[in-house]
Amino acid sequence: MPVKNAPSRGKVLGVASSGGHWVQLQRVVPAFEGFEIVYVTVLESYRSQVPENRFYCVNDATRWNKLGLIQMALRLAWIVAKERPSVVISTGAAPGYFALVLGRWFGARTIWIDSMANIEEISLSGARSGRHADLWLTQWPHLAKPEGPHYGGSVL
Amino acid sequence: MIFVTVGSQEPFDRLIQAVDEWAGSRSRNDVFAQLGNSSIRPQHIEFTQFLEPADFRRIMREASVIVAHAGMGSIISALELGKQIVVLPRRAHFRETRNDHQVATAERFGAQGRILVANEEKELPEKLDHALTLGNADSIDTQASPQLLATIRAFLDRGNLRVAERSGFMAPPVAAPPRRTR
Repeated sequence: MPVKNAPSRGKVLGVASSGGHWVQLQRVVPAFEGFEIVYVTVLESYRSQVPENRFYCVNDATRWNKLGLIQMALRLAWIVAKERPSVVISTGAAPGYFALVLGRWFGARTIWIDSMANIEEISLSGARSGRHADLWLTQWPHLAKPEGPHYGGSVL
Repeated sequence: MIFVTVGSQEPFDRLIQAVDEWAGSRSRNDVFAQLGNSSIRPQHIEFTQFLEPADFRRIMREASVIVAHAGMGSIISALELGKQIVVLPRRAHFRETRNDHQVATAERFGAQGRILVANEEKELPEKLDHALTLGNADSIDTQASPQLLATIRAFLDRGNLRVAERSGFMAPPVAAPPRRTR
């Protein structure tokens, strides 16, 4: 079963909604050299962009769709329990929040990178993810605070 | 070819209509739009509702100019391919998005000279005409900044407490949560 050159550093669950969230996640993936990367997003059509990786789709939902959020959280719980990642990283939005909460529960270290689109204030999901993130980042220096989110560079 | 995209989520009729009118007034027959859930059906431009990512990328690559909302996905994709991009930010008061974050995005990237911004649809024709006079831009790297990659790598290598001490962007250790053990 184990193959040559199999990643050995552990497993990363990369979680992002569609559009800019997904594009920004792709840009930080090079930091995870040596890790196995498993993706979770909301559009089935993105699967073809990462043919080498395991890939899960969850339903998309925002804070106004409580039933959708519950469904999303349950599906993510199943994914996290099955994959048991050592690291969970998200660039937003709602699926990333749940993934960080659940990932922590299962012992993963967690990273939140708030989308570069949030220039004037951190996103709602980003603010809520703060206490579940071991590394909690904004991409704008002027939004960084001593207690977090912190600034450690941007995707551009 | 000019490629118009409304992004992956919400409709954006105002953008499609403005580009359609521009195409009509300039007698352009080389405009292609990805409409998403927009309800408008343009007269002067060809369109499709959705594009597979591979097709999206191919059409982006073939286009001379991109016209889009001020979403990070569209902006980053254009910069990665070195394309001129004209953006019209979505506005909350037209119910095109939940808040005016795209106005801030457009302003910030516009001020850096990386994108062309039409704040309102009436500014779009002039910006589009101008974009067509410019050649391709330099494409950017497809990776995050070295600083962000280093921040993440340091976290992965050493754990967050020591990352904090090393790079100095985190408060003293009291602010960091205790590590859980498996």
